Amino acid sequence: MIGPEALDDLVAALKGRGFRVLGPTVRDGAIVYDDLESAGELPIGWTDRQEPGSYRLDRRDDEARFGYAVGPHSWKQFLFPARISFWQARRVDEGGFEVREPPPEGAPFAFIGVRSCELHGIAIQDRVFLEGRHVDRDYEARRRDAFLVAVNCFEPGGTCFCVSMGTGPKAEAGYDLALTEILDGEHRFLVQVGSERGAEVLRDLPRRDAETLDLQAAGAAVEGAAARMGRSLDTTDLRDLLARNLEHERWDEVASRCLTCGNCTMVCPTCFCTSIEDHTSLAGDEAERVRLWDSCYSVDHSYIHGGSVRPSGRSRYRQWLTHKFGTWHDQFGTSGCIGCGRCITWCPVGIDVTEELAAIRATEEVSDAND
Amino acid sequence: MTPAKKPKLAVWKFSSCDGCQLSLLDCEDELLALAGEVEIAYFLEASRATVKGPYDLSLVEGSVTTADDVERIRRVRQMSRKLVTIGACATAGGIQALKNFADVGDFISIVYATPEYVSTLATSTPISAHVPVDFELHGCPIDKRQLLEVMTSFLHGRRPQISSTSVCTECKRRGTVCVMVAHGTPCLGPVTHAGCGALCPAYDRGCYGCFGPMETPNTPSLTRQLHVLGMGDRGVERVFRTFNVEAFEEARRDG
Ligand code: SF4
Ligand code: SF4
Ligand code: SF4
Repeated sequence: MIGPEALDDLVAALKGRGFRVLGPTVRDGAIVYDDLESAGELPIGWTDRQEPGSYRLDRRDDEARFGYAVGPHSWKQFLFPARISFWQARRVDEGGFEVREPPPEGAPFAFIGVRSCELHGIAIQDRVFLEGRHVDRDYEARRRDAFLVAVNCFEPGGTCFCVSMGTGPKAEAGYDLALTEILDGEHRFLVQVGSERGAEVLRDLPRRDAETLDLQAAGAAVEGAAARMGRSLDTTDLRDLLARNLEHERWDEVASRCLTCGNCTMVCPTCFCTSIEDHTSLAGDEAERVRLWDSCYSVDHSYIHGGSVRPSGRSRYRQWLTHKFGTWHDQFGTSGCIGCGRCITWCPVGIDVTEELAAIRATEEVSDAND
Repeated sequence: MTPAKKPKLAVWKFSSCDGCQLSLLDCEDELLALAGEVEIAYFLEASRATVKGPYDLSLVEGSVTTADDVERIRRVRQMSRKLVTIGACATAGGIQALKNFADVGDFISIVYATPEYVSTLATSTPISAHVPVDFELHGCPIDKRQLLEVMTSFLHGRRPQISSTSVCTECKRRGTVCVMVAHGTPCLGPVTHAGCGALCPAYDRGCYGCFGPMETPNTPSLTRQLHVLGMGDRGVERVFRTFNVEAFEEARRDG
């Protein structure tokens, strides 16, 4: 067990080991992930109210450090940044080039406050980038030494549905340390150790052994969260349900609302699509290849010789949803969704994946009859 | 390699405020490099010295609002191997296209002391309504990095890397907190063409739509959301009727 002030020692211990420490902090009306100088920069006493298309900060009546759900950012910001330079080339003499590959900046990272769903999100991106035939070198370099301090949720958001996706709210694996914040009685944290490195860092913190009462309180906090999910989703047979309903009329209905703005894919911790751009200097003696986050909502994303394969908003929304919840299983052996609710909250018009999937399930027979 | 003759660049102005030409002058660090690569043959905003055409690349700022403009843009086209329009005026008619939705005679009589000196067409139209255009660069004003990208790509014979997705794409890449979702501030970002790097939301303001409609703008859906955020019908009319009024009106008709 540690007290709230020991979180400062945690930040210091990680900094002392050369980590760039990142964690939740309040900025511009939201809880974002950014550099932490000390644990005093955590969103102390803050919470959030989330609904489809709406996010607001609110004060809590306690000093909780982690009394909120996930915000607009995810750890993907750091492990898989929005823009990286693959290489830069410079003409050295006629016909010759000198190529430079800049190393990833900022690593090694220590993330404080990784939620259970986010651990699953990182595991999914690990599968995508590290376990295929082609390892993503940049991701590998950023991910390799990352130190993860997980936090078990006790205050789920209005758009959370990790219980349905089997990804939370309790961190089960993939962390170095896991914290459970206990507000009942003395403000304290149960610390669980997930790795040798984690144990070693914990030794630097002022602490005491956990007692039965501590364990009970921690368990109750997480169970309380599981019982208060903002949303739920019936995942039975989801992959096949979607495959059977590619011409469902709901796709037209949702397309009338979808802005094809791509916000949902940008905030999704598992979405991984990128585009490559080559740039040259005016004189043509320097070139750079960059990788940028792209989205299946952009017309160019499905551009192949002569035109886009998905010109309509309907086909683009369907591509995203059926990949995330359906064909992801074929490709990577799991769902692509971790139930974090970001796409629901940060969609400017509040399109809710759980509602869309439920609507297709509810009216499947009707559409079958029409076929 | 034998030193090739430098390509000739011309910059033309039609009905406009000169802001986009200033974006070119604003490329301070790159202007020297540009002068090294091209012969700046015609650019009155920068120099009175001019070189006769034909030109390899013409940048055209401004919309067509007079009978003389109609003639002049045809001559410019004839003298130009490639013609690129820059800015909301040249690509969409600009803010002056507001007159397309009213009686121009009424405007003239209210605004000018001696209306009979004013000779103007009833409409403000984009350059592409009059002559074929090789590339349209959006923005009010254009973004100087995008302008450099367009000039560089034409110099090297490749396609410009200019994305036509939403401003939201850039907003999220930048890590900005969405002002619409988190603050309830109306924002045109979801229907607006990327290019500015999502400047306004980064300064806590909604997007004004300077770059015109994105590739597939769903204006009816955004309009419903603007109403949810408390904007009335008149407010919605006003936000869509600015620098790219014609382009957004077209998107709203088609939507
Ligand atoms: S699809 Fe939505 S809820 Fe699922 S992981 Fe992505 S952002 Fe979160
Ligand atoms: S679902 Fe929402 S966030 Fe995603 S592209 Fe459509 S409007 Fe944008
Ligand atoms: S602030 Fe505007 S541009 Fe940025 S994501 Fe939100 S709606 Fe899009």
